[in-house]
Amino acid sequence: MGIARWFHQLASPPYLFRLAGRLAPWLGISALALLAVGTYGGLVLAPPDYLQGEGFRIIYVHVPSAYIGLMAYVVMAAAAACGFIWRIKLAHAVAASAAPVGASFTFLALVTGAVWGKPMWGTYWQWADARLVSELVLFFLYLGYILLRSSFDDRDKGDRVSAVLAVVGVVNVPIIHFSVEWWSTLHQGPTIARLDAPSITLDMLAPLLIMIAAYTLCFAWLVIRRLQAEILERERGTRWVERLAMEGPA
Amino acid sequence: MNTFTSLFARDLKLAARRWSEFSTPLIFFLIVASLFPFALSPDAATLRTVGTGVLWISALLSSLLALDGLFRTDVDDGSMEQLLLSPASLSLLVFAKISAHWVVSGLPLLLLAPLVALSFYLPPAAVPTLVLALLLATPTLSALAAVGAALTVTLRAGGGLIGLLVLPLTSPVLIFGTRATDLAIHGEPAAGALYLLGALAAFCLSLAPLAASAAIRVNLE
Amino acid sequence: MKEFLAMGGYAAYVWTAYGLTAAVIGLNAWLAQRRYRQALRQIGQGEATRHPHGQPTVRKLS
Repeated sequence: MGIARWFHQLASPPYLFRLAGRLAPWLGISALALLAVGTYGGLVLAPPDYLQGEGFRIIYVHVPSAYIGLMAYVVMAAAAACGFIWRIKLAHAVAASAAPVGASFTFLALVTGAVWGKPMWGTYWQWADARLVSELVLFFLYLGYILLRSSFDDRDKGDRVSAVLAVVGVVNVPIIHFSVEWWSTLHQGPTIARLDAPSITLDMLAPLLIMIAAYTLCFAWLVIRRLQAEILERERGTRWVERLAMEGPA
Repeated sequence: MNTFTSLFARDLKLAARRWSEFSTPLIFFLIVASLFPFALSPDAATLRTVGTGVLWISALLSSLLALDGLFRTDVDDGSMEQLLLSPASLSLLVFAKISAHWVVSGLPLLLLAPLVALSFYLPPAAVPTLVLALLLATPTLSALAAVGAALTVTLRAGGGLIGLLVLPLTSPVLIFGTRATDLAIHGEPAAGALYLLGALAAFCLSLAPLAASAAIRVNLE
Repeated sequence: MKEFLAMGGYAAYVWTAYGLTAAVIGLNAWLAQRRYRQALRQIGQGEATRHPHGQPTVRKLS
């Protein structure tokens, strides 16, 4: 009974706004702390790789970015679907907040992948790397969503139309990923080194896990900040916002 | 079933009247394909290497162009609102429109593709598989392009945006279509790739009308 | 320390990757915070709030 009621409260803009405001500092501080620990672990503590030497350390910024890029899309699509099915405007606000953050992390994954690829393959881009190509497609899907949403003057219509696109995208992402994966195995030369630490030991893995956790907290903070701005913009003129303007944010 | 056939027949009749509109994507297909020899080289070896890719990409772009106006003319003249009021499910009606459109734009592609294939020095023995692969792929392309058209139907500058939204989604079709064609060119059985194209078609044709009708409803709210 | 910065010869790549990461995440954080502050300003701006005794006051938010 308590959980159902809490979910209902989440759909109320003032409640979510205040909850977001309270969570934000904790998320921000813990994100920074874990980022510091993870970066130190990745750059200093982790032993150099047998094959890739110190170059493999890029994994600590590449893999978490790729993971967040994908996770953010799922969050965005799920929120958009909730907003569409149950007509919860706040859910659309969450999707709108997650999109640019997810796109940024996907962009980072592509760029760090390219920088990693240059010493490993000799080129900045390698079409035969299925994961990188899948990430490129994901980046295009993000851009499409953001562009479609911004093409509508009516914000509610933009929310709902882009929600359909988000769901279509999320359903297609696994299909696209497996097709690209399969396609790359056809064309992969024997000398292509994959963007991986081939034999990953615990002292290499630990900073990676910490960085993934750090990035997740970072993502949460970024989405919450944007969500707060979205809520205020969408709820302008309502009584609770005017009261907030008088009292100041909690 | 009656609503399906009546809308299907009506769209076909309209297409017959506006045949110039429907021949444009087909001519576009031929023109795009013929630009590649200019851009690359008229040398047979080069063209044979790129022929498969050129053909499929031209087909892809042509499908996209063809479905741009799929819903817009109906929305503009008010008949889409009538369809929304009908007791039949909008998804079924959308499916009827996609089908009629495919007959007019996808099917002729199957006749033109062999010409392009042969002009790119692809072995004639590969043509039947190519046609079969296109037969399985063009409905998927029509379905996906229809979703794009539905999402952007009330936007004025929708045309380019459709491509941006839909093209990434068509990459599996491109991958398996070219794979089937390449296998046929090397004389190997292409059954696996063809089955996958068929599966994609079944998947997209069953779900795309749902997405497209949802998008149309939202746009016309 | 010099060895650390040299990253076994991969310095350009490793530091570019980490630097870009810091830059993009930092930019995101700055943009998000800025948008939030802009939204706060907008709801307070020009919205004359009525003092209980009828005197209009305009509160500015930080």
